[in-house]
Order: sequence, then structure tokens, then C-alpha cells
Amino acid sequence: MPHSQLRIVIVGHVDHGKSTLIGRLLNDTGSLPDGKVEQVREMSRKRGMPFEWAFVMDALQAERDQGITIDTTQIHFKTKQRPYVIIDAPGHTEFLKNMVTGASQADAALLVIDADEGALEQSRRHAFLLHLLGVRQVAVVVNKMDKVEFSSRRYEVVAQEIKDYLAELGLQPKAVIPVSARNGDNIVTRSEQSDWYLGPTVIEQLDAFRPQQTSPDQPLRFPLQDVYKPDDRRILAGRIESGRLRVGDTLHFSPTGASAKVVSIEAWNHPETVLSAQAGQSIGITLDKRIFAERGHIAHHQADAPTLAHRLSVRLFWLVSDPLVVGKTYTLKIATAEHRVTVEQVTAVINVEDLSSTPGKAVRRNEVAEVVLRSRSPIALDLASDLPRTGRGALIDGNDVVGGCLVVEIEDSAAANITEVSHAVSLEERSQANGHKGGIVWLTGLSGAGKSTLAMALERALFDRGWQTFVLDGDNVRNGLNAGLGFSADDRAENIRRVAETAKLFADAGMVVIASLISPLKSDRARARVIGGERFHEVYVAADLATCEERDPKGLYKKARAGEIAEFTGISAPYEAPDQAELVIDTDALSRSEALAQLLDYVDETLGKNSLKSEKELTYVI
Amino acid sequence: MSADLDQLENQSIYILREAYNRIDKLAMLWSIGKDSNALLWLCRKAFFGRIPFPVVQLDTAMELPEVYEFRDRITKEWDLDLKVEQCPPEEEMDQTLPPLTRAAARKTEGLKNLLRDHAYQGVMVGIRRDEQATRAKERVFSPRSLEGDWDVKDQPAEFWDHYKTRFPEGVHVRIHPLLAWTELDIWRYSQREGIPIVPLYFAKDGKRYRSLGEKNITFPVDSTASTIDEIIAELQVTRIPERAGRAMDNESEDSFERLRSVGYM
Repeated sequence: MPHSQLRIVIVGHVDHGKSTLIGRLLNDTGSLPDGKVEQVREMSRKRGMPFEWAFVMDALQAERDQGITIDTTQIHFKTKQRPYVIIDAPGHTEFLKNMVTGASQADAALLVIDADEGALEQSRRHAFLLHLLGVRQVAVVVNKMDKVEFSSRRYEVVAQEIKDYLAELGLQPKAVIPVSARNGDNIVTRSEQSDWYLGPTVIEQLDAFRPQQTSPDQPLRFPLQDVYKPDDRRILAGRIESGRLRVGDTLHFSPTGASAKVVSIEAWNHPETVLSAQAGQSIGITLDKRIFAERGHIAHHQADAPTLAHRLSVRLFWLVSDPLVVGKTYTLKIATAEHRVTVEQVTAVINVEDLSSTPGKAVRRNEVAEVVLRSRSPIALDLASDLPRTGRGALIDGNDVVGGCLVVEIEDSAAANITEVSHAVSLEERSQANGHKGGIVWLTGLSGAGKSTLAMALERALFDRGWQTFVLDGDNVRNGLNAGLGFSADDRAENIRRVAETAKLFADAGMVVIASLISPLKSDRARARVIGGERFHEVYVAADLATCEERDPKGLYKKARAGEIAEFTGISAPYEAPDQAELVIDTDALSRSEALAQLLDYVDETLGKNSLKSEKELTYVI
Repeated sequence: MSADLDQLENQSIYILREAYNRIDKLAMLWSIGKDSNALLWLCRKAFFGRIPFPVVQLDTAMELPEVYEFRDRITKEWDLDLKVEQCPPEEEMDQTLPPLTRAAARKTEGLKNLLRDHAYQGVMVGIRRDEQATRAKERVFSPRSLEGDWDVKDQPAEFWDHYKTRFPEGVHVRIHPLLAWTELDIWRYSQREGIPIVPLYFAKDGKRYRSLGEKNITFPVDSTASTIDEIIAELQVTRIPERAGRAMDNESEDSFERLRSVGYM
């Protein structure tokens, strides 16, 4: 039975001998390909240096010339016990992002400290990052013991200092090993020069580490990556980050609140039916109901739901030269969900030397800090200490990953100061009093397709019948409710979210809200549908681009063609037509009054008197 | 069961699905070697049997005949959307490169043409970290300029499976779903799953191909391993590097590095 491979990261201050230790480990375990030692000897000779183990790792020309390792490198080797991957993390300060890249993948870490110099700033920073990145198994290697004549007193001083520091981070090293990587002392074989040391050699310690495991007994978190329709199946795909799910389970989805039963766990080229799956598995499932579920939503069981939050405290590391500043908005990616978050407060910038902290306005490159973030949309998440994989995330600015963070505190939106008051008048009473249901008629389509015309005509017709109705027009709301929002993708999305939330309030009040917005993106409309729930009715007002351009009621197409309006839908920005609108009205083919008649019929059928009756009848049947 | 292979498989499927969801126009490079065959297999698993993007062979017309036979058979059996990109001739390559490296550079140019002509934003490549030192430094999502240049000193941070998936105009991304696999893993997985293998990998008359490349620059190594079991046994004791039979790697100290920094796979 082959043992699974263990991933080791080796960190420490520049020049404390990480690459040398790795070269030595590879050689002493017989893992170097034939000819490599000769190649390294030749490379060392050419550069007029004594035999240099670090050259084994420093395979790139640029590195050899500078004498420092530039990037994380992964090297495989084997002991009698099991295979290993060593991730060599560079010590040079500006290469922090490579160190983070390497260390985040590790099961365990070796922290290399020069016996002569002791723990320096980077040794502490790396130890702090190991803690932040969630690497819990750490051993310290006190290197270059030959430089201090294998003095046990010197060893004790260095060992105690780093142990004290690690203890403050809640880390207890599994061993503190005195070695000389250059000479091979206490790497594979026990050194005669340190007869006072009774602990394990480096190899013995490596073999004592255990692979990081996620327990299937934790609460289920199944973040969706994608939805596939390879045939008539609709498969929700993703990886289970914690816990376990079974066929027949009822899954709940955050943040939408939708729920459905698992009908099958789909597998290709798998002879037996799969009945359950657990943490770590990339799977696909089908459900008994067609619910709105998309990338970013997290499936869980009802009993152990993630928290929904708008406001959270995170401990973060910052990787780029542009500082994180209060008031700036970033994208926070947790599992597969992305949310726009604004920095509300920098609670503490942490000094990694002594772990003291000071409040600030910004977090600079290579700093770690505690920060409060506020999100516009509810985020489904967990505390990192409970479920690390849904309790941590990456911060993105523009195209780049700029930092990483652990969720350390959550303000539960549901439990916070906002308590929903239940109304004294029920929805049903309102419907009965009005003689129709409340609802949102969402008109989407190109500029010039006829949305506003139809919206106003519908409002008039419904009003004349005694209905409670009101039009929310895209252009009109931009002057008030949404003044201050521009036309960037984010602002457009926010514009639509606000209109949807407002429409929902009107619908709750029993009115038929007619929202008339281009709303070109499926994702934005899907969000509006989530907000509106079952009262949301998507109506696609369809017309050819050519027709719209010919009509051009506001003269906008002309301006867009002349380049005076950037990102104009249909010309320089996409319009994503709905796949599953409740109603499609083709204004190319229909006259104005025909189009209105079609729309009125639909509204009457779904929100009018008959809809109230059928609802009641249904209630009795049940 | 082999827990370590399951873990690798799950991780690769996760990467493939991230790529398919995040990157608009995607293709996979298929060299028809053991690694990209395993990658095709993983794609079929990830997407439930149907590979939802084209599979591209960068063809120099210099592959061994068995390779072409295998390509045509599998393309038909697996119903692949195969596109063959003919690589430009050796005379058009950078003449300062050593001759064998120059021959290998044809694929780099073929890839550039492919990217330019079809505007792919992402290409999946079945390279592994344990193959070669410069490949060990790769990211799973590795951005490249239009010319294919790789800036090894300034690579994006990659942690907790958050990959860089947004790029400015003119940048494409190489996606490496097999980066964490070893040569031995690929063979054990191919055996477990029953993935078809080009017969050149199996020893004939005391020689086998350990790594497949064009016939002018790739040579078989001494071996008696004629089954996957024997290959697995051989790999557990060998100290000869995998790419020993790839002449261009060994032409000069930095030839492979030079190839990669301008866009080789």
C-alpha cells in the first residue's frame, strides 16, 4: 500500500540555508538523478565556488547569478516511509507572494534559522504567515551549527527564542533540530558532534508529520463551480470543501435560500452508482427540482448553515505595492463566490517582530493586519477557525490577486440589529383588498425596443382597471435613488440591485411594479430574480438591433456609433438575451396595441383575480 | 483504492472546471503523449463525457507514425473536436538557438500562430513540475504575453486554489492541471483507469520511449519494460531523468529554459 505524498514547505530568512538543506535532503535520500552531483560540481567550479548544494535547486540562470532563489520550486523525493514534495520558498522580502504560493499548499513546514544569526525579521514573518495560511505542523531547523562549533548553549538560546515566538501564535514546534546542512549533520544520520541532542533527525521528523486531512464529519459545504447541461441532465458541479452529502439529502443553498433534494451523484466511466461523496471530492449532482443555483452558491444541510454576513473582520496579508486603504472597494473571493467589499476600518496593523499592533488607515505590501470589510451583497461564509475552506479568501483588485485573508469575526446579518418586523397586514389580505396580487414585471431589452412605451401603456391600462401599479424606469431612477452610480459594470449591477430591492418593497406593498431597464446581463437579472423571488416576472421586449437603431427615440445609437458613448448596449457592449423569460414580446412583429394586449393578458393571468382564486383552490386541495 | 491518485484526480478536475468557467475561449494542447492522454481522460471525467472545447495538436509532421495512428483512432473513438495546427519550418526559427533547440522551437511558433489566428484566451497544457526544473516553477494558471513570454520573476500569487483568471487585453493564460502529478502518478493512474497508451512507451528490442517527441530530436532509452507494471517497477528504481531522451533539453545548460521563456510549453 503506497503512502500518499506529503507536501513540505521550507521557509526562513534569506541565506539561512534553505536551498542547501534541500540539496542535501535530495542527495542523502538518493533522490538526485544520475549526473546531477557532477553537474553541480561543474557549475560551482565554473563560478569559482566550493561545492554548492544550493545549485541543485537554483536551476535557472538568473538565480545562480544572484545567489538567491527567486521562485517557489517543487521537488519530489522519497524516504523509506513515503514520497515528499518539497516546496522551496524564497526568503527575499519582495518575493512574499511566491512564499505564500508555496506555503499555502503545504501539509507541514520546516523553518530554517541560522544558528549564528538567530531568528531574524523574515524568520518571524514566515512563521506568522505559516500560522495565517493554516500550516499547523512546524519543525524548526537550526542550521549552520558547524559555524558555532555545535555549541549546545547557542542552540538553546536560538531554540528558546523561536519557541516563545511561535507560542504566541499558538504554534508549538514538533522539534527543534540542530543541523549542518552543508556537512549533512542530523539530516539523515545522527551527528556525533551533537551528542547532547536527543530529538529526531530531519528525516525522522518529516516521517513523523501527518498529511493534512479534512474530516467528513464537519458540516457540509459544497460551493458550486458551474452548472452543466451535457444532455437532458442539469448537473451542479463543484468540490465538497467539508462534510459529506448523500443521494436523498435535502440541500439548502446560501445565499438564495433555495432548497432541493439530491437525486443523483453523477460520475463518468464509473460502473457503480455513487450514493455519497465527501470532503475533497470534485463531484456533480442532479436535483429533484429546477431551482436557481449558480457558481458561488454554497449547498449545505439545513441544520448547519453558513452565516450570511454583510460585515466581517478578517486577518489579512497584503502582497502588492498599492496599499490597501480604508474606503476602497475590492473583490473578495471565498470558495467560488465573489463579492464586492469595501474596507471600513483597519483595526490593527500587526508588527510581526513583537506581535504588537497599531490601528491605521492603510496596509502596505508584506504587512499583516486586521481589517473590517463591508459587502453590498450577503456573503455565505464561516469562521476560519471553524471551517477554514469557507472561512478564508483572496482579495482581488482589477485583474490581480492582491491579498489573502482569514475570517476571524462575523456580524450575522440575520442576527444583527436588523430584525425583520412582521407586518400586521398580510400579503394575502392586501391581494384580496386590491383584487390582484403584487408582483414585479421586469421588462428587459435593447434601448429602443419599446420597453418604456410598453411600461407606461401597461401602467395606464392597469390603473384604469383600478389596479395598484407604478413604473420604475431605468432612466428615471438614475436621477434620484441611483444618482451617483455610473455606467461601469459594477455600478450597473448595483443600479439593477437597487431597482430590484425597491421593486420588491412595492410588490410587498401589494402593487404591480413595472420595472423597465435594459438590464443587459443575465447575471444581473438572475440576481434581481433572487431578490424578487416568485413574484418576479421577466419579460423580454425583443426587437432587432437594426430596428432599434432605426427607431433611436433618444438619439443614443447615433451618439454611440460616433463614439460619444462608451459601452453602449448592442453597439459596444453585449446584450445577453434571456433564455427563460416568462414572456417574450416581439415588437418587430407586433403593433403597439398588439404588444400591450399580449402583456396585459399575461399580467391578468398571473396576477389578476383568477390567479387569486386558483391560489385559494390550491390551498384547499392541499 | 489509491487515496493519493484520487486526491490528484479531484484537484485536476477542480482546475479544469475553474478554467472552463472563468476563461472565455479555451483549447487544450494534445501532444498525444501519456500526460496529455491522461489530461483528456480527466477532461472527460470533469465534464461528464463530453469535452467542451477543441483539442489542438501542434504538428511538425515529424512525429513517429504510431503517434499519428493513435491520434486518429482516439479522435474518432472519443469524438474529439481535433484541430491540427501546422508549425512553421525550422528555417524561420531564431538562428541563434542551438540546432536541436531550434527544431523544438517550431512548436512555440505554431502555438503563437494558433493563439493569434483563433484568439484563444486560455490553453491547457499537460506539463508536470517533476519533469524539469523550469517547469517546477510554474503556476497552475500562468499568464503569458501575446508573444508567449513568461516572466518567471513576476508570477501571480496562487493560494487556496484561488487562481488568476482575469487578464488585460492581449494576455493569454496557460493552464496546467497536471502540475502536481509525477511521472509515476501518470503511469499508476493510466493503469488504474485503463487509459489508452501509444505503444512506443513499451520496450521493444531493449529500448522504449520514456518521453515522446519529434523523431529528429527524441530517442528511446534502454529498457526492458514492456507493460505498465514493468514501467512502474522501472521508475521506482531508475535514476535517469525522464527527459534524458529529449535531445534539445541537454544541448546546453540553459537551452530548455531559453525555449520556455519565449513560450515553449
